[in-house]
Amino acid sequence: MHAVIIDTLSKVYGKDKIVAVDRVSLEVKKGELFGLIGPDGAGKTSIFRILTTLLLPSSGSARVDGYDVVKDYKSIRSRVGYMPGRFSLYQDLSVEENLTFFANLFNTSLKENYKLIEAIYVQLEPFKNRKAGKLSGGMKQKLALCCALIHQPSVLFLDEPTTGVDAVSRKEFWDMLKRLKEEGITIMVSTPYMDEAKRCDRIALIQSGKLLSVDTPAQVTAAYSKKLFSAKADNMIRLLYALRASAHVSSCYAFGETHHFHFQEQGSSIDLLNELKQAGLEQIEIENITPGIEDCFIDLMLEKTK
Amino acid sequence: MEAVIKAEKLSKRFGDFIATNAVSFEVYPGEIFGFLGANGAGKTTAMRMLCGLSRPSSGSASIAGFDVYTQTEQIKKHIGYMSQKFSLYEDLTVVENIRLFGGIYGLSKEDVRVKTQGLLEHLKMEDQKNKLVGALPLGWKQKLAFSVAVFHKPRIVFLDEPTGGVDPITRRQFWDLIYEASQQGITVFVTTHYMDEAEYCNRVSIMVDGVIEALDTPAKLKSQYDAVSMEDVFFKLARKAKRGAD
Repeated sequence: MHAVIIDTLSKVYGKDKIVAVDRVSLEVKKGELFGLIGPDGAGKTSIFRILTTLLLPSSGSARVDGYDVVKDYKSIRSRVGYMPGRFSLYQDLSVEENLTFFANLFNTSLKENYKLIEAIYVQLEPFKNRKAGKLSGGMKQKLALCCALIHQPSVLFLDEPTTGVDAVSRKEFWDMLKRLKEEGITIMVSTPYMDEAKRCDRIALIQSGKLLSVDTPAQVTAAYSKKLFSAKADNMIRLLYALRASAHVSSCYAFGETHHFHFQEQGSSIDLLNELKQAGLEQIEIENITPGIEDCFIDLMLEKTK
Repeated sequence: MEAVIKAEKLSKRFGDFIATNAVSFEVYPGEIFGFLGANGAGKTTAMRMLCGLSRPSSGSASIAGFDVYTQTEQIKKHIGYMSQKFSLYEDLTVVENIRLFGGIYGLSKEDVRVKTQGLLEHLKMEDQKNKLVGALPLGWKQKLAFSVAVFHKPRIVFLDEPTGGVDPITRRQFWDLIYEASQQGITVFVTTHYMDEAEYCNRVSIMVDGVIEALDTPAKLKSQYDAVSMEDVFFKLARKAKRGAD
């Protein structure tokens, strides 16, 4: 049984016919933690808004928990939880008032579903009388998650919950999601951070409204067809320029500590090494490596634009 | 070498809350300086003081030789600023944005006209020059915003999370622009949540609870904290934070 079924879904905006979502098809299984991964403008928010019945699709169809997003919108609204990218709670209500408000909207109470939010709410409880607008960024995020969970939704939609959040808080947030998944909630989450892909059961890579790949993170990287190498040297900027200029190298991108590159078909690592040495670089290390999600994303992006 | 940013025991209090607590550091011409910290560590407050937008509660700082208490107008003329949230006017065209910011930064009309052409060529954006900025893809916007921020050849450019949400290829092209600026002698002061980008900085500082907890080259920080990556260094330091985010 699938929690979400999206079938050739498209969304076109305005008289300029800007295509935000372009014939996207994917399925999210019940109980799955599914990541929609792509940069700003990829169409992530449009997809989330269609699935939560806040936006009508231009063509194609989508079902959430078996209900059609157009015909059965009322049923969907009572079953899903949605945390939009922009903070959307009542700033002038307190923490507790916000929670009570959202619980009442869904005909439930804080008490009834306390167990589900307990682990998150205990961190908020000391501030329960504080106005939501006066909370810190991390606390706002936790409150928004509690409000999205208060009616025990069957599917939880989280639109870029970690954007602009520091690396430590991001990790904590993903730990929370993992616990919620263990409670049996289906979670669909979007993020521009490629490194978060590995925290998902399955991912969809998306760019300019089009899916690049849908699979488990391990399968996405396993499908990478080229041999990938990393390079390091004493002067990383000069190394980057040298690799890009080299006839042995077909593409090269900086990846933190190392640069990642492919050889040209005729490229030779011995010749490249000599070339780099002649360019005055020292402590050169070249290694065959396994690609990460970001390598795959770049490769798929380049393929699409070919 | 004479430091282009000099901060000494720079502090900012809001009531009882010490957002930035006696931070001292120096940044040198042409350096790419990564300014990291968890949300709420006090980065934005520190940056606002350095840009002459917020008066320090105590301590001292000079930016391009100008004092943050008394010479804020001169500071603003000698720096560029770009953030992810605000950079360009969406309802003005590419050329109009360049002209507006060129004017704000004090360039003459003639200067703006000559340099605009060069900039458009460099960014390969000549075809887009009369388009509204709002209609450009995010990656282009960010590259243009950066170019506008260094258009007047400032001594320092402050970049506040410039690559947030940008696709992985454009993110790297953005860093090419940073390298170019640094090679022209412009000092780059940058914040980011991408830990791979910390590796591209000459030196990195990490703020925790209002204090600069560590400051060195990425290589030295990694060996000092016995860490495999800058992400690892960041985790070891930022986890100690007691203060809530933002």
